Amino acid sequence: MALDYEESKEKIVAALQKKQKTKSKFYYNDLTKILGCKPREGKKIVNQLVQEGVLEYWSSGSTSMYGLPGTGKQAGAEGED
Amino acid sequence: MAKHETPLLDQLESGPWPSFVSDLKQEAERRAKNEAGVEYQIPVDVCEDILGILELSFKHGRTHWKHGGIVGVFGYGGGVIGRYCDQPEEYPGVAHFHTIRVNQPAGKFYKTDYLRSLMKIWDMRGSGVTNMHGSTGDIILLGTTTPQLEEIFYEITHNMDQDLGGSGSNLRTPSDCIGQARCEYACYDTQALCYDLTQEYQDELHRPAFPYKFKFKFDGCPNGCVASIARADMSFIGNWKDDIKIDQEAVQAYIGGEFSPNAGSHAGRDWGPFDIQTEVIDLCPTECMWMEGKDLKINNKECNRCMHCINVMPRALRIGDDRGLSILVGAKAPILDGAQMSSLLVPFVKCEEPYDEIKEVIENIWDWWMEEGKNRERLGELIKRQGFQKLLAATNIKAAPQHVQEPRSNPYIFWNEDEVEGGWNRDVNEFRKYHQR
Repeated sequence: MALDYEESKEKIVAALQKKQKTKSKFYYNDLTKILGCKPREGKKIVNQLVQEGVLEYWSSGSTSMYGLPGTGKQAGAEGED
Repeated sequence: MAKHETPLLDQLESGPWPSFVSDLKQEAERRAKNEAGVEYQIPVDVCEDILGILELSFKHGRTHWKHGGIVGVFGYGGGVIGRYCDQPEEYPGVAHFHTIRVNQPAGKFYKTDYLRSLMKIWDMRGSGVTNMHGSTGDIILLGTTTPQLEEIFYEITHNMDQDLGGSGSNLRTPSDCIGQARCEYACYDTQALCYDLTQEYQDELHRPAFPYKFKFKFDGCPNGCVASIARADMSFIGNWKDDIKIDQEAVQAYIGGEFSPNAGSHAGRDWGPFDIQTEVIDLCPTECMWMEGKDLKINNKECNRCMHCINVMPRALRIGDDRGLSILVGAKAPILDGAQMSSLLVPFVKCEEPYDEIKEVIENIWDWWMEEGKNRERLGELIKRQGFQKLLAATNIKAAPQHVQEPRSNPYIFWNEDEVEGGWNRDVNEFRKYHQR
């Protein structure tokens, strides 16, 4: 069954906000675990969340992660808070 | 006078080799003079500040760069790698010093006007400093500020028809050898396959959803000029199924000294007359060559495609006519340790558009790795952790003799109960009729 976008968005935002105290960046498979779907099924939803600015990419150059915009140390370092 | 004193870096210029320090000083001077009247969009003294901060790192014995970040261009999760310096007051030119990866043209063919157009953009909107090319193969533009990223992206995509490359947990920029464009050894059109897969997997290239990096590399023949076997998660290596073609007259011409061995590449020194026995036949790793009178013979079934004989006598020996490629998987070449070579997965497949058979293998592997791979685990590590047999199951490929290095050395192929007639149960009484306790 195809995932519902709005429902997925709520799930991801709620789960990420809950973990904010300990973690601000998440691997892609953390997101698919929240959605409870296979990695390839979740990709469209996660892409759309990034397009809409609900999530943002973070990259070390070798690994990519996802986070809520403006969270974590990086945002401060880049003058965005 | 230079903006910063750099005695430690100056020492690096004293050796016999070309020096990046000299290059940076030259670029700093060129930017300062600005004879071309470029409207610089980032600090003009960026190169001076690179030298300054590098000198400081040498002095302190630790880096002053901060790596990684949220910077990028809209819609892309790769291609830009954030970099900042932790001494922005003293070195403002490199306060932001982001890297941009640009997808190189297949085979790295350039026209000079292409390179000039690229540098025109990069001189104006970046530091003017590049890596041509990075290890993955991309054109690497080193050092620009955040506001310039979208501008550069717009210009290279709209004016130069060029795209960003991959970084992070993406499919990395596919890279290939020069292939059939220039090389008679190429068993398939590396540029066509590289381009096709680059287009097909745009989403994987730009929007990260893998556990870690994933690299495709395309070698036209087993000489492996892009070293795909040593560093790509999936190596596509040209191969042939039939016999090496032999021109016996040309063999005699090599023996007689009319043709230079290795196309003359060792001609700088007198190595004595060419000796086919010691220089070719005795060096064959599978000992499958011999002379019968004046004829050179090859037992092609034993050939393991080392390419030595073909490289030494290219006018006498040629690759076969039934051509395609072999797919190997699981290589990685990390900087510190844990390097691993690819293992053979598909011994031979024809390389024909639309490459459906190849794409099926790729997508099956991705499905398996995306589901089972741990974060930051390369495909080669997953194969080691779960076993090659799991990979065969994931790709629906049957175990074949080519998957085994030699009998009893890597017995990772086991039978499952449902593959064996009668399963694991047997009639012990029947067995005991022929075998004593």
